[in-house]
Amino acid sequence: MKNICAVFLKQVSDTLKNKTILIQFLMFPVLVIVMENAVKIDDMPEHFFAKLFAVMFVGMAPLTCMSAIISEEKEKNTLRVLMMSNVKPAEYLFGIGAYVFVMCAFGTVVFAAVGGYTGADLALFIAVMSAGIILSELTGAVIGVFSRNQMTATSITVPVMMIFSFLPMLSMFNDTVKAAARVTYSQQLSELINGIGTTAISAESVIIISINFVLAVVLFTVAYRRKGLE
Amino acid sequence: MSCTIKTERITKAFGARNVLDGIDLDIRSGEIFGLLGPSGAGKTTLIKILTGQLSQDGGTAYINGTDTRKLSGAEHRKFGITMDNFGLYERLSCAENLKIFARIYGLPNNSISDALAKVGLSDAAKTPAGKLSKGMTGRLKLARAFMTDPDILFLDEPTNGLDPVSADEIHKIILSEKARGKTVFLTTHTMTEAEKLCDNIALLSDGKIVEYGTPAEICRRYDHQRMLKIHLYDGQDMMLPHNRDAAAALAALIEDGKAETIHTTEPDLETVFMELTGKELSA
Repeated sequence: MKNICAVFLKQVSDTLKNKTILIQFLMFPVLVIVMENAVKIDDMPEHFFAKLFAVMFVGMAPLTCMSAIISEEKEKNTLRVLMMSNVKPAEYLFGIGAYVFVMCAFGTVVFAAVGGYTGADLALFIAVMSAGIILSELTGAVIGVFSRNQMTATSITVPVMMIFSFLPMLSMFNDTVKAAARVTYSQQLSELINGIGTTAISAESVIIISINFVLAVVLFTVAYRRKGLE
Repeated sequence: MSCTIKTERITKAFGARNVLDGIDLDIRSGEIFGLLGPSGAGKTTLIKILTGQLSQDGGTAYINGTDTRKLSGAEHRKFGITMDNFGLYERLSCAENLKIFARIYGLPNNSISDALAKVGLSDAAKTPAGKLSKGMTGRLKLARAFMTDPDILFLDEPTNGLDPVSADEIHKIILSEKARGKTVFLTTHTMTEAEKLCDNIALLSDGKIVEYGTPAEICRRYDHQRMLKIHLYDGQDMMLPHNRDAAAALAALIEDGKAETIHTTEPDLETVFMELTGKELSA
């Protein structure tokens, strides 16, 4: 626990001075406040931007941050020093993961407030967002562990992040894209968030999200066994 | 004195290349031991094995009697390591860099200022590590290695790429640690550094130790000429055999006030290494 806290606090200090990471946490929460207040179109669904940006935020921020943090530590050889200081790989990953989760939780609070969620709807929104954050963190960790340096990580992260964060938006305009996007957790998160307060949680969404989770865990295990954290 | 670091027939290969081939070492508590060899000789690999970062293919290495493959967390705290490829958090200040490790080791906050003071970085406590000069970066890495007040220091080329002034500052820090009874295992390819700091050295070439002893001993061992070189005030040089026969001639030169300098002809470590391996030490 001591080492997890040390890694967590290290990341807090570091991110406050790292604009590239900081902007990932701030961009969509700031954007949603601006857009919800500035854009009013007659036929637009209620809190359209809050729902849209919440899914994009979940598909982008945790994934990008996890891969960026891990790959930078590998490239700069700071991870090696932590490991030599008796920080276990699991402690490091929990520390970083907890940090990214907390930062994304602040964003979730903004989306919940702008989206006007209360009571059971708020609890469901937070649960859906939390599941999405954890899934994206796992995906980002897979990329971070697999990549030797930041450049490799970025070249893998960008297309993966585009798929998870933009497919739900694109699927609103194209049925073929929507059919293809169904297998991704972010599309299912989008459907769950859009259905809050109006439709019951679909078993299909839960199953697909669970399958995505299992796949992410398997991929992470494979990446970790092959590459470790060195 | 007790033996702090001991290796028995350590071997390590990467693919078909034997990096270490039967390394035997006995390093006593409180000594500065230098492992000399050109780049790629296997120095860093041996440090990694000794510090438990890498497993050897054969043989055994012990630190304070414990097999390095079985080092516990408490035993890890008894040694500090700086390696060239150990990074710093460049956006964080010197103090913040050390604070991470103070938290990990459960050390009080004053351990940070103590470590910075020890390496002369107190004034740079708030400077981001990425803005430090190379010499200061080296000293910050040393400060990190000193944080737990370890008994053994593993320093992998601690002055590599530094200017003479920065290197000298690091030498003083290393010598002050020896004066405090610490054992230092350092790798270098700089013979002057080894001659200045080390009680004992080993010359490593192609994964094998080709010579072992004190720097002076090794140099004397390879003094094939065994001559005295005398530079006279009139500008001439003369050679005398380094034995009893030269005593009278030498005494006369000194008595007559003709001898300006007298040197023995033992080679330096670079020359010894070249003779043993046909390679340059600093290659």
